[in-house]
Amino acid sequence: MLRDVTFGQYFPMDSFIHKLDPRFKILLTFGLIIVAFVSFNFYSLGLVAAFAVLIMILSGVPVKFYLKSIKPILIFVLITAVLNIFYISGETLLVEFWIVKIYLEGIIRAAFVAVRIVLLIIISSALTYTTSPTSLTDAIENLLKPISKLGVDTHSFAMMMTIALRFIPTLIEETDKIMSAQKARGADMETGSLMQKIKAVLPILIPLLVSSFRRARELADAMECRCYHGGEGRTRLKVLHASYRDAIALISSFILLSLVILLNILF
Amino acid sequence: MEPLIRLNNVSFSYPDENDTKIQLLENFNLEIEKGSFVSVLGHNGSGKSTIAKLFNGLNLPDSGSVTVNGMDTADESNMLSIRETVGLVFQNPDNQIVATIVEEDVAFGPENLGLPQKEIRKRVDEALKSVDMYDYRMHEPHRLSGGQKQRVAIAGIIAMQPECIVLDEPTAMLDPQGRAEVMDIILKLNRQLNKTVVLITHYMDEAAMADRVVVMDSGKIIADDTAKNVFSQVELLKSAGLDVPQPTELSYRLKKAGIGIDCDVLSVDECVDAITRKLLEE
Repeated sequence: MLRDVTFGQYFPMDSFIHKLDPRFKILLTFGLIIVAFVSFNFYSLGLVAAFAVLIMILSGVPVKFYLKSIKPILIFVLITAVLNIFYISGETLLVEFWIVKIYLEGIIRAAFVAVRIVLLIIISSALTYTTSPTSLTDAIENLLKPISKLGVDTHSFAMMMTIALRFIPTLIEETDKIMSAQKARGADMETGSLMQKIKAVLPILIPLLVSSFRRARELADAMECRCYHGGEGRTRLKVLHASYRDAIALISSFILLSLVILLNILF
Repeated sequence: MEPLIRLNNVSFSYPDENDTKIQLLENFNLEIEKGSFVSVLGHNGSGKSTIAKLFNGLNLPDSGSVTVNGMDTADESNMLSIRETVGLVFQNPDNQIVATIVEEDVAFGPENLGLPQKEIRKRVDEALKSVDMYDYRMHEPHRLSGGQKQRVAIAGIIAMQPECIVLDEPTAMLDPQGRAEVMDIILKLNRQLNKTVVLITHYMDEAAMADRVVVMDSGKIIADDTAKNVFSQVELLKSAGLDVPQPTELSYRLKKAGIGIDCDVLSVDECVDAITRKLLEE
């Protein structure tokens, strides 16, 4: 059950998107999210959608995984859409009963908002699907470098993120095991009031916490054995460097931005 | 010749939950020769894991000294060169792997040593090839089997090119197949890559592969000899709470029953030979 989580999952492949410099990818992802937000009509949003589809295809990651990433957020999308249907008033009245009035404009608006949210998820999934957590944190460390001059320890921050990401699957597996063990001892986690359910989580959480501390200690020992002594004097297997691909990605993103602005103005 | 690792009159204690000192080692002496394959055998709490951590300065002795290639582990300035010389592999592979991609994890040690990128690449590839995990270099560690994960952890140490690799019960959490895979690699480390290997274990059959077997009980060395000589002392091993390998046990019991065959047989094949010889004689 817990193993279905696709968040932060990485698909090691050799596509154009995979080969982009992770620093650029992070910046472009933010850029694209902003572009999706400043698209005010269907023409410009359609263009962003076409761009997102292009990214999906170029990434080489099967489309079904992108659909999977939308699934957990679908409820949120639906609620937002429904709220928009009821709240937006316009000129073309479609349905009216009791105090509810649904306008064509509301439905259009709801569809628009839903598409926008789905696009945001696809764009950010494309980032995590094509970038290994290590290079992601490398890139963040690199992008945060200016702050480290102010005395903020960006290396430790990046290392903590790497370790956190590394241990997500391990801890999920362990949670599964502890749950089975507690169920075998007769623990009931499915029925009862909310309060009872919260109480049922404790016998899972406490062993998990205790074992995490033990793991942390062992990992610290293992890291020390491998000569870890902070970021000072550390070199990297994969040095980040921009290539012609990043230039292509950058230029096409700028073209997209200008087209979106143009379409916003024209229609 | 100066031994690679020397524990000289080492005492070591640790506080238990109630903060009372537990004296684990007292005036403990041990030398590990360059290029040797030594196994340290003992049941839980015999102090065998403690000495593994003393070897590279993860534990420091209360008194006495530990030297690696003549460098004192108590001297902070030696720390990095000592850990570059003596690599340590632990029991649980899950708690040793730092990165989310196999090759990035193997690169962790060389990266900490500040090596140039080309050299890191070369060492990572060589290390992965030597543990037969090169084809898995782009995989995520949590999708590998226990034996594969432990081989990745070993590769992470090999990539630092230490003179000596200490393995603290590396197979304790593995299934039989994983154990066999890891033992193959450990033998290869010593025989082909000429590393000094210290294998800490409570499995007799693993310990028997070493040139020299050190048996520990309650912080003391009770036997230190070749595998054959150690395993022929069946009573001593049993008193230390250890089980002897089955072939040795069989020949020991035969001998006790008045049927004398060589008592120092270690492998099943040797045992079969000894018994056939005995039968042919009669």
